[in-house]
Amino acid sequence: MESDKQASQEGGKRQRVQANMVKVFIMGKPHVVPEHATIMRAIEHAGHQIIRGAGCREGFCGACATIYRLPGDFKLYTGLACTTLVKEGMSLTMIPSVPMEKTVYDLEKLKPNVNTILEVYPVTFRCVACGTCTKACPQKLPVMDYIQAAMRGDIAAVADMSFDCVACGLCALRCPAELIQHEVGILCKRLTGRYLRKESKELDDRLAEVRSRKFDAEYAELMEMDTSVLSKLYYGRDIEP
Amino acid sequence: MYPDYLAETLKAVERTRPARLELAMSGQPVYPPMNADERKDVLSKYHPDFAAGAKRPVRVGPNRGEDITTEVADMLEAHSMIEPKLMDIHLREPDYETDLLIIGGGGAGCWASITAMRNGVKSLIATKLRMGDANTMMSEGGMQAAVSKTDSPTRHYLDAIGGGHFENIPELVRVLTEDAPDVVRDLENLGVIWDKMDDGAMQVLHGGGTSRKRMVSCRDLIGATIMRTLMDEVKNHPDMISVREFEPAVELILDENGHCAGAVLYSLDTEQFLTVKAKSTIITTGGFGRLHIRGFATTNHYGATGDGLVIGYRAGAQLKFMDSVQYHPTGAVFPEQIAGFLITEKIRGAGGQPLNKFGELFVFPREPRDIESAAIIRECSADRNNGVDTFVGRTGVWLDSPLIDMIHGDGYTRHQFPGMCRQFDRFGIDIVKQPMLVYPSLHYQNGGIGINERCETNIPGLYVAGEASGGVHGRNRLMGNSVLDYNVFGRRAGQYASEYAKSAKIVGKLNVDHVAAHAAELQRENITTDLVSPLILPSYTPDDVKIQQMARLGNIPARHSMLRSRLASS
Repeated sequence: MESDKQASQEGGKRQRVQANMVKVFIMGKPHVVPEHATIMRAIEHAGHQIIRGAGCREGFCGACATIYRLPGDFKLYTGLACTTLVKEGMSLTMIPSVPMEKTVYDLEKLKPNVNTILEVYPVTFRCVACGTCTKACPQKLPVMDYIQAAMRGDIAAVADMSFDCVACGLCALRCPAELIQHEVGILCKRLTGRYLRKESKELDDRLAEVRSRKFDAEYAELMEMDTSVLSKLYYGRDIEP
Repeated sequence: MYPDYLAETLKAVERTRPARLELAMSGQPVYPPMNADERKDVLSKYHPDFAAGAKRPVRVGPNRGEDITTEVADMLEAHSMIEPKLMDIHLREPDYETDLLIIGGGGAGCWASITAMRNGVKSLIATKLRMGDANTMMSEGGMQAAVSKTDSPTRHYLDAIGGGHFENIPELVRVLTEDAPDVVRDLENLGVIWDKMDDGAMQVLHGGGTSRKRMVSCRDLIGATIMRTLMDEVKNHPDMISVREFEPAVELILDENGHCAGAVLYSLDTEQFLTVKAKSTIITTGGFGRLHIRGFATTNHYGATGDGLVIGYRAGAQLKFMDSVQYHPTGAVFPEQIAGFLITEKIRGAGGQPLNKFGELFVFPREPRDIESAAIIRECSADRNNGVDTFVGRTGVWLDSPLIDMIHGDGYTRHQFPGMCRQFDRFGIDIVKQPMLVYPSLHYQNGGIGINERCETNIPGLYVAGEASGGVHGRNRLMGNSVLDYNVFGRRAGQYASEYAKSAKIVGKLNVDHVAAHAAELQRENITTDLVSPLILPSYTPDDVKIQQMARLGNIPARHSMLRSRLASS
């Protein structure tokens, strides 16, 4: 249709080329899928409607933890289905949910030190420093290193190293000592933001201004302003370099 | 790795870079910003909202006769998933009862449950996928908040309302901008790690359409940082907040006075319909990117199908500004695997520049989003033909990221943009050394259900917050104002809806009579459609497989795979 063609051009689409296909095994069953597909797209190409196992689809949410093997290779690989490409002969399955218990705690009653780790996630100290978690991490984070930092009570270092964690749980699933690494990361990030931050005086001052209703008159004037006057003010405003 | 056929245009980018860098360092605008007339011209000629067929009058419901984005109008004129008559027993004996029902477990929903808890009110969050499977999780660049000395909340107000073409609802923009500094502090107390300067001051950057540096950030993962903090806090209060995952709402429930009294949920696991009775209800379902409007790829998460609009509208809620759609100027184009993915505006905030195939700037890099997007579409259109085409059938412009380290010093990009670097590292592209190929991507629902500054709708007992609401941004939202929006209005919705729940009385029988009335209205208007809404999830099954799935007896395809048009183009 003409209107569809127009919409497709405006959407940034040009003529498509035929894709090469590869054979993959989805939960043991062979399917032929385009070679440029991610694991997620391959599963959908095969006709599945994913319910558990897809969230943001861009590598932020950790919903799509996947394990796979490749032909002639003993290794069990881990990855996010949304950003891992299929390969010929890949045999894969998604992990619909990672069983684990998040400890309930009151952030206001905790201190940013090693005792908190001991109290909230005591299992952390079972770590045998084997490095399996680091190998399993689809984000390539130094998971073992941040667990070691947690055991030393270096909360800020844990926060820094686990900053990009998507909480897919693959580290916890592979851990022979049964830690829940990603939850330790979230706890330490919250402790860092709450207790180890540098205070912003500027922010304090602005909050005081807002609370004293300093901007009431300016707001009232702007909100009453005729669009033409407001427009003039807007286009004439100075822009900080 | 970029393929060989792009080598020549990549060289052009490198060739023009020294001169562009020099201009950027001079403090002068690197390209003249557009005036009001130029903005109007590029929007009307190239923005997808203005293309033929982009919108049409909706034929049913409270906004009947008004222009609405076509794909949204189709959803509003679709059938309900439920047969009202068969719901009687579940309405008499609800599956769950709660003071406050929150539909949607993203940023706004989690905030609402937290502020309701602070107000002593218990809540239930019902969400389609997992808690945190939301656009909140994916925001990258930052949040606007007037926290620096040179800035003020009223300046933020002026920028936001100018960016929205002076159509935003002033009362909403005021609370958006005036609550912002307190949101920064509230999040910090919950444990969000803000980017700061050595003296503790908030690090601030520019975004499109800002006149002061106002973008506060958490590297390039602000959404994931805030979302994980809020989720963790929600989970720390199981006595006050219960969560039902994989149970999206498919209709609202009203009482005999027409007040909102809960919702019908649909279990994705068991395909049961479950009823919730609640004294007040908040819709925090987010936006509609997964409707793939006009065939655009989207930056949105899997469940962003505009469900809240549909169920609110059927119950009689008014929509505002639902004729406009936000396309983010910079969605990824190459490689194909990440087509449509968000490339944060913070890249341009830090000095990145959009360039055509000759390595030339063609627009000021920080215009408001609708203007910047329209300018990129113009550059790639047949009128100019200055786009860079890929062999798999996409076109785009370069986004010159290597300038960032040249401006801010070595290592800046890797530290400030870990998410972006990782996204491209996977495919052998180092964005510190090479530019990214980008094109506008469907990003945000500018309009939504009309609210006031207390998040109240025209239906008593029904509140809306976040992307599902309409009026805060007019017809164009600025970068960093949606992260702010769900924080400000999520907090407010929890506050006011829990206050309402304390004294609200549900009168008479629970009912879904409005669903039957909607069916009658479709018939009266002679609307024939096989669409069922809310959509719940888009389908990416190939068309040939889908046709075989459609052979199932009965008019409802298995597993809610209902969006049949434009499937192949996303």
